[in-house]
Amino acid sequence: MAKKKRTVVERESVVVKFVGDSGDGMQLTGDMFSEVAALAGNDLATFPDFPAEIRAPQNTIAGVSGFQMHMGSSKIYTTGDLVDVLIAMNPASLKSNLKWAKKGATILTDTDAFDDKAIEKAGYKQDPLTDRSLDSYNMIKAPITTLTKESLKDMGVDNKTAERSKNMFALGMLYYIFNRDLKSSFKYFEKRFKKKPELIEINKVVLQQGFNYADTIEALESVIQVSPAKMEKGRYRNITGNVATAWGLLAASEKSGRPLFLGSYPITPATEILMELSKHKSLGAKVFQAEDEIAGICSAIGASYTGSLACTTTSGPGLSLKSEAIGLAVITELPLVIVNVQRGGPSTGLPTKSEQSDLYQALFGRNGECPVIVIAASSSENCFYYAYEAAKLSLEHMTPCILLTDGYLGFGSALFRIPKMADMPAINPPIAEANDPDYKPYRRDPETLVRKWALPGTEGLRHRIGGLEKEDIIGTVSTDPLNHQKMVDYRNAKVEKVADFIPAQPIDGAPTGDLLVVSWGGTFGAVHSAVKQMQDEGKSVSHAHFHHIMPLPKNTGEVLSGFKKVVVCELNSGQFVNYLRMKHPATSYHQFNKVQGLPFMINELTDKFHQLLEEK
Amino acid sequence: MDFTNMTVERSNVQLSKTDFESDQMVKWCPGCGAHAILSAVERVFPKIGYKKENFCMVSGIGCSSRFPYYVNTYGIHGIHGRAAAIGTGVKIANPKLSTWIATGDGDSLAIGGNHFIHIIRRNVDVNILLFNNQIYGLTKGQYSPTTPMGKVTKTSPQGTIEHPFTVGELVLGAQGTFFARVPDNNINLMTEAMFEAARHDGTSIIEIMQNCIIFADKAHSDVIGKEVKDENMLVLKNGEPMLFGKNHEKGLRLKDTRLEVVEIGKNGITLDDILVHDQYSQDPGIHMMLAKLAPPHFPMVFGVIRSAMFPTYDDLVEEQIKYAKETSKIKCVDDLLNSGDTWEI
Repeated sequence: MAKKKRTVVERESVVVKFVGDSGDGMQLTGDMFSEVAALAGNDLATFPDFPAEIRAPQNTIAGVSGFQMHMGSSKIYTTGDLVDVLIAMNPASLKSNLKWAKKGATILTDTDAFDDKAIEKAGYKQDPLTDRSLDSYNMIKAPITTLTKESLKDMGVDNKTAERSKNMFALGMLYYIFNRDLKSSFKYFEKRFKKKPELIEINKVVLQQGFNYADTIEALESVIQVSPAKMEKGRYRNITGNVATAWGLLAASEKSGRPLFLGSYPITPATEILMELSKHKSLGAKVFQAEDEIAGICSAIGASYTGSLACTTTSGPGLSLKSEAIGLAVITELPLVIVNVQRGGPSTGLPTKSEQSDLYQALFGRNGECPVIVIAASSSENCFYYAYEAAKLSLEHMTPCILLTDGYLGFGSALFRIPKMADMPAINPPIAEANDPDYKPYRRDPETLVRKWALPGTEGLRHRIGGLEKEDIIGTVSTDPLNHQKMVDYRNAKVEKVADFIPAQPIDGAPTGDLLVVSWGGTFGAVHSAVKQMQDEGKSVSHAHFHHIMPLPKNTGEVLSGFKKVVVCELNSGQFVNYLRMKHPATSYHQFNKVQGLPFMINELTDKFHQLLEEK
Repeated sequence: MDFTNMTVERSNVQLSKTDFESDQMVKWCPGCGAHAILSAVERVFPKIGYKKENFCMVSGIGCSSRFPYYVNTYGIHGIHGRAAAIGTGVKIANPKLSTWIATGDGDSLAIGGNHFIHIIRRNVDVNILLFNNQIYGLTKGQYSPTTPMGKVTKTSPQGTIEHPFTVGELVLGAQGTFFARVPDNNINLMTEAMFEAARHDGTSIIEIMQNCIIFADKAHSDVIGKEVKDENMLVLKNGEPMLFGKNHEKGLRLKDTRLEVVEIGKNGITLDDILVHDQYSQDPGIHMMLAKLAPPHFPMVFGVIRSAMFPTYDDLVEEQIKYAKETSKIKCVDDLLNSGDTWEI
């Protein structure tokens, strides 16, 4: 759209971050910019970065809300470490985000927001826009608030409404910088503001004026072009990890023919799954917002007993509250999907930050011998497939499955190639037939050790189950010591046998070499990118990223044994590495850990890998 | 009496007590009040007339909660305090099940207090048999939330210093739509209340004044004991005046804003002065007053105190789903996946 002749700089990928006050509309601005990038054919990943408080005091660091997006002309695996273009709508947001800006990054600011009071509130001693401290950056200083009001002066718009549109002015400028088309955003306004038509025109005008302004001031010597990515053909959409998780559960319900029941209690960062499923009653989803975490899981256990695909969604502290009930589902051998969108802990910890520190809790956090299946998603979009798999494994093996995602995956979004339900694998729960004369509650399939699921209401299958140890086969209460041993062994073996039904652990890179990098869960993007960088440098580094944790894939030992060194990278103090030490003690492990509520940076990973390769 | 709720499929054949007897040895102490409760349930289930496969028993932990093992229905024995939450899941997931919860004063009013008030507030259509023996029996004799103040127990050697709950008051305070109180020594009253609970659409609470012969023997005998029951028990019947006493000579009257005990024939009192019971009244005011009455100044009230019609949670769930299915464009997961903004690459 740029009319003047402007050089076009082609970039493979660009990280853009929008930051401002909680009320500045940064999430919406980021969403719209992402949508336009997606329509232009870029691959992308996004992450909202907002404060735990709903509306912290204005112009303070605590009140800064952000939205980061990474777009590219090749596959995008992370939301990006450092920012190429920063849009900072006030001094506080600039102050708190400058550390994430690359050297020489482009920074767009609203000079009108830099008054003495706001500068002081942000903790600056003097105006950073005039004290030359930002000289090494490519600064675009625009009086955005004034220009926004100016654009609307003929439309009789009140001051407040005009001020609230300033994010669209900034967005218009950004569209110019990235050579983007405004039309799809115009359409978006028409849809979003259907009930307030006056806002359609206001937003259109402001967006266009922002674009024109950037053109007039020749904001940059060149415009940035990010070409379309070569992606697998198909129909795409943008999806967050939490929505993908919800949809994966709905898909599993439809495929298995088991009605979906969700019993959950609101908790950051898992609440979006509960909210999303509440919208889909037309698919028969029964969503119960319980009085607490315990009622969430217990209602799900009741629903599971009656034949539902029963789920409960939570985050770390909620999982702690559910521990006893998970034990009930284990001993009653009922299917149950437990989603833990991990956050920083312990206790309330860092509710809006991401961590992988609930692995021990998922594996071991219950009384008694209490094995469950544990799997982990690794990207926002594959939360769909791992939620589906959690349901499939749980239903087919009649045992609870914990799906670990995290706040970074859950809140983050990525492009999702839309699958067809016909292509999704079948799910066959072992439902007992009416009047089966051989039915016994704890009679097992000899191969899988799975018991049958007899649904209340079915003729001829009346039975009782519960939290007391049951006698093998017949299922009456038993305190017999040898029977207890047998049932404990069965429950362990049943979960171990799931290994026969999951894929082998893949290795990205050669199956032997100097260094194997091991990771699991939400760190995939950063670790994959770091390993790729090492491989491109010609280093003998491979990557094994685990999705299946309990049980581990059967070839895990083999995968670990082909390398001189193995390093396990995770966002905790070493939970997976210690689990591997227990399961595969022959390997000697190095570890790389970080527990700061922040994702891995690619550089810190490659530094570690280089160090390990150099050390003898 | 007819059932308004036709959600649960009815049996084509007349069932009997033996259809619901389990082959498990009943392990309650000899003389425990729970035996009579079990007997009442086995007697009333065939009368209710649902198919035997459509009963589902849920329980928590405690002496009461062994109940599911002793009746031949579908059943799940849960964890301490959570029977109401498990039962909620059973009923929402499959409203075609007649869902019964067996629980105790510790299970439902202490560790499970939260679930107890919320299942009542939501009016989930389940029937809760609350065995109130005023003690923790299975753990051998600690005081519970209904133990009378001052009572010496294993954890209150100088007497408890806690104010007990009155179950009916708690239930009605949580917006209960059905509350009945029955003694464990009157099987007819128990079965009548259970039958009415089954008929009621919504959460039905039956408080059973149950005797723990080992740890709180005769806890209720000041009220329900043979020698005192005529004076201390008032058995309600819907549409009938609230009378008690050996010859039904005493009754309750509403004086200003309070209930008082009056004697017919004294001070010009006639039968017309006596309050007539309306268990179906939506207003819980009188029900609340009745639930709180206790000796020495009043009789304790038994029978169905409240049975008011309100929408049930599970019916509303089904209605919302039905409406969504009729009106939503999203009929299957493929529709959902392709909804909103999508594009072809």
